Parts: sequence; C-alpha cells; structure tokens
Amino acid sequence: MDWLDKAKERLQEALIEEGEFRGEHTWVLGKSSLSDSLVVLKDEFGFNSLVDLCGLDMGEGKSPRFYVVYHLRNMDSKAQIRVKVGLEEGEVLSSSCGLWKGADWMEREVYDMFGIDFEGHPSLARLYLPEDFPGHPLRKDYPTEGYDFEE
Amino acid sequence: MGVKRTPVKEIEIPRLVKPEEEVTPEELELLEKGGVLITSLNKAVNWARKWSIWPVTFGLACCAIEMMATAASHYDMARFGAEVFRPSPRQADLLIVAGTLTKKMAPIFKRVYDQMPDPKWVIAMGACAVGGGIYKSYAVVQGVDKVVPVDFYVPGCPPRPEALLQAILMLQKKIEKESFQNKI
Repeated sequence: MDWLDKAKERLQEALIEEGEFRGEHTWVLGKSSLSDSLVVLKDEFGFNSLVDLCGLDMGEGKSPRFYVVYHLRNMDSKAQIRVKVGLEEGEVLSSSCGLWKGADWMEREVYDMFGIDFEGHPSLARLYLPEDFPGHPLRKDYPTEGYDFEE
Repeated sequence: MGVKRTPVKEIEIPRLVKPEEEVTPEELELLEKGGVLITSLNKAVNWARKWSIWPVTFGLACCAIEMMATAASHYDMARFGAEVFRPSPRQADLLIVAGTLTKKMAPIFKRVYDQMPDPKWVIAMGACAVGGGIYKSYAVVQGVDKVVPVDFYVPGCPPRPEALLQAILMLQKKIEKESFQNKI
C-alpha cells in the first residue's frame, strides 16, 4: 500500500473528486475541511513544500466559480500532489501561511488577481497591482484592457 | 510693362537703438527679446547645452539594452556629448524612457520627471513608450505622453541604436533653436 492509497483512505471524507494524468494526481477536496486536510498531508504524508498556489476562474454562472490550487511536494520521497478546492463568489478560504511560509505572497497574488479572501493571512494586500487598482484582472468578467482604456 | 503692381505698403521698422532719445518701455521689451547681446548669449548657451546632454538612467524594459548599447563603445553616444548617464534625475536634463511604462510605475516616473531641473527634454524610446506597444492591457500606460510631455518619439521594438542617436541629433537641432529665456 503506497502513500497515495493511504492518503486517500485517510482523507476519504474530504475527497470529492480525483484524477490522474501521466502519473500526476489531482484531488478536489471539500472546502470546509480543507485546512485539516492540508495539515494531514503535511504532517502525516510529509508534503513539506508548497510548490505553487494559484487561483482559477471557471467563468460567470459556473459552480464552483473559482478554484484555488495547491501544488504540494514531499522533499524526501519526491512525491507530488495537486489539491484543488472549489469556491463560490464571496467565499473565504483559511490561509495556509501557518503551514508553509511561502504561501504568504502566493495568497496575496491570488487575492490581487481574483479577489479571493484568505482568512488569517498576516497582511492581505495587493502584491503586483497598485493599491488603488479597481477590480481583479484575472477574473473572466474583467475586460483585458481595463475599465479606463479609452481615457 | 502692362502689369499692374499693387503698391508696396511701407512698413515702419522700429529702430532699436536711439542714442539721442530716451528708450521707451516698449522698445526696451523689444530689445530684451532680440537684442544683439541676448541672441549671442542664446547661441553660446544653446551650444553648451546641446553638446552636453546628460541623460538620466531610466531603463524600464528590453529597450534599455539598446540604450546601453548606444552608450557603449560601438555606437558611442559620447561623440555627441551625451554619454554621462546620471543615476539621479537632479543632475540630468534628458529623460530617455526606454521600455514599457506600467501603471504602477507611472507615479514614480512622473516624480523622476518632476525632480529634473529645467531645461529638460524627453525621448520616448520604443513602441511601448510611444503608445503602449503590444500591451493593450490593464497594466500598461498607453504611451508615456499621457504622463509627461515628450519631445521625440523613437519607434521600433526595440529601436536600433542608430535610431536613438538620430533622436539625440534631432534634439540637438531643437536645442539650437530654443531661447534660454523661455526654457530656464
């Protein structure tokens, strides 16, 4: 029984969907128990490195509207897993800065580009765009040129 | 012979110097505008200005590489007296905007321009600085002339060093024609 089956069994209740593509595993986990699931993955299965954290907008009218994607790596066994969690407009996700320090700026980027709030983040300010920037440009309903292009 | 000519109206040419009479305030104004002393001084000042254009280091993107190449030995901007790139805008009189100006950078860019002492000139180098270039985007200023006045536009992506050199030569010609009274 390898780590994947063990982890699947352990997180049975949270697991909504699973997929595999060329040896890469993707799990969609439930939002309510996400922070607990991440703690399990880190502490029990050794995923001590957060490779990337990014946002995804499925478009208006889709359910879930957004995904937040975690790419995790176990630095000892080199195992990798991709964890996705679905979010609706206005829903808040708990910050994973306490688990991986690197999540700080990645969560700020997701907030900047998609407007997804992370509860418990030390300073959730815009990362790339100016502080007074209107809107969140990587959302599907945001015009590519911005609101004031003609001016 | 046979052709009717309209009589030429005699124009009264104001005499600038009247040694015997008192000089009126209007004449004094005229004198200050284009007197022999001022025009000669203008020439001297402009000559000095055009042969020592000090650009401020303001490379924003890949165009900066071409700007550096223009300043380096092969193209040698020093031939035209413009090789002293200053790291501080307070010591410079030419702003070469080399690259993409993002909206986040725009206030800083404006501040750099404001810190430059007069006389000052601006060259927009490359497609991005001229009009946004390929970036029809929420993050990019669509031409630096939306933020500061621009004297010369150098198109290209990036422009060749020769193009930038030509802009500097044209700037020299422009400086020649300026009056230092208007641009202090």
